[in-house]
Amino acid sequence: MARMKFLCDADRCIECNACVTACKNEHEVPWGVNRRRVVTINDGQPGERSISTACMHCSDAPCMAVCPVDCFYQTDEGVVLHDKDLCIGCGYCFYACPFGAPQYPQAGNFGGRGKMDKCTFCAGGPKEDGSEEEFALYGRNRLAEGKLPLCAEMCSTKALLAGDADAVSDIYRERVTARGFGGGVWGWNTAYGSDT
Amino acid sequence: MSQQLRAFLTAVSVIVGLTAAGYGVAIMGAAVVSSDTDTVVEQSGRSDGWRGVRTGTAGRVSIPDPQAGVLIQSDGEIWRSIRNGPVTVIGAWGMFAMLVLLVLFYAWRGRIALAGKPAHREVVRFNGIERFAHWMTATSFIVLALSGLNLLYGRYLFIPVIGKEAFATVTEAGKVLHNFVAFPFMFGVVLMFVLWVRHNLPARTDLNWIRQGGGLFSDRHHPAADRFNTGQKAIFWIVVLGGISVSLSGLALLLPFAFPMFGKTFAFLNLFGFGFPETLTSMQEMQLAQLWHSVVSLGLIVVMFAHIYIGTIGMEGAFQAMGSGRVDAAWAEQHHSLWAASAEEAPAEDDAVPSAVREGQG
Repeated sequence: MARMKFLCDADRCIECNACVTACKNEHEVPWGVNRRRVVTINDGQPGERSISTACMHCSDAPCMAVCPVDCFYQTDEGVVLHDKDLCIGCGYCFYACPFGAPQYPQAGNFGGRGKMDKCTFCAGGPKEDGSEEEFALYGRNRLAEGKLPLCAEMCSTKALLAGDADAVSDIYRERVTARGFGGGVWGWNTAYGSDT
Repeated sequence: MSQQLRAFLTAVSVIVGLTAAGYGVAIMGAAVVSSDTDTVVEQSGRSDGWRGVRTGTAGRVSIPDPQAGVLIQSDGEIWRSIRNGPVTVIGAWGMFAMLVLLVLFYAWRGRIALAGKPAHREVVRFNGIERFAHWMTATSFIVLALSGLNLLYGRYLFIPVIGKEAFATVTEAGKVLHNFVAFPFMFGVVLMFVLWVRHNLPARTDLNWIRQGGGLFSDRHHPAADRFNTGQKAIFWIVVLGGISVSLSGLALLLPFAFPMFGKTFAFLNLFGFGFPETLTSMQEMQLAQLWHSVVSLGLIVVMFAHIYIGTIGMEGAFQAMGSGRVDAAWAEQHHSLWAASAEEAPAEDDAVPSAVREGQG
């Protein structure tokens, strides 16, 4: 079974934000919720790099560990999903997440944040695959249709890769060999542990 | 009097501060250990930037929320390991240990009975407003404690029994209840402080009380006490200071990212030579608020076990004091000898319930 991972090649990302737009459009994500974002470090200075980031679907996911109602689950492919029918909007996953992935539809006062929303690796949620209910709560289930996440599929420079970890690693390794340098497999040790 | 009060409050704030300091040191220590676990395939010259990203340096992002610029915040892992580790484990052991202690104490000492015969004459122990303040705080505390404990332990205890759906429904209701019941609790703590602070200042008799072990261990000793004995004074200050602390950290959790105070607290503590970080990210503020909130709450819960024990089954006539507000004059003389003389005689026809029935309830 494949282990799904994201990889963002910081030497290729041009901060076009197409991944962000694609994600928002594909899943009809509500206003104010950003499942994916592009961060630019050293903006306007030598060594400027941009990185597209979202939920990394960690191996030992901190969100899963701290959720008081245990609403998270990890699929056989390593995708971390959650059940919005269980979520109580406590915000603990957001405090625990290294990547700032969990999003809340309401800016919370009085602890009222609404149900947490995050990147699903285009794998929907616990509802029936491809159902309207699943789309309304979690967005498109492209994995069930045999497709990969749209953000990476649409990436114009192919900076963002998504798919089976071995395939993604091979592509990146080839690139590093060919061009003679690598900007780093950003975030992988944080998400997947030091053996990756 | 005011000098005495000031000296006492200083002592208490130092104690609370030192406890907070312990956690700060633990968090900083953990940060040092875990900050360099990510190794990045790098060429020389750029590695510093990547190390910065790994340790929480924020970049620019087009989203209005500046927090979104942080690529990796490692503090969440520290928060997770402290919350799911020591807080959960030590909290459970603390509650268990206190229960065992109370069972053993009861087995050994039994119910502390009134020595001699009751006087069949009652004095007013707590008036209406005092009992209102006590029971408002008590009932809201129990609701807050149960709904709070549920967030920490419910996942392990109840999901296997009632299933995830039912548990999520209960927990969501508990969360809402927790948010709103917090306000009567805070009001109750303030009210009790105003009503009782003048009776809870340390006095010379407290040394005697402590020397005699509060009379807890023998029927022969009943150390002299004023309106509140030293044990009650300790409970009072634990509730007031713990209650304020838990309220402030609770408000920080209630209004996420709007109420930073650990940076300021650490800056204040640093005046006494501590080396705490004074500039905290709003995320670190939330994590510290959650940890502090649960630690103080668990401490209060453990202490309340003992308070509830001695106020109900542990001692004859104790519940009555806060129940009907009236106690037998002999009880008052025995437990609060310095106060009993000045205690107000309870009016006989205060209510229709005869004294004998009330004693039966107590």
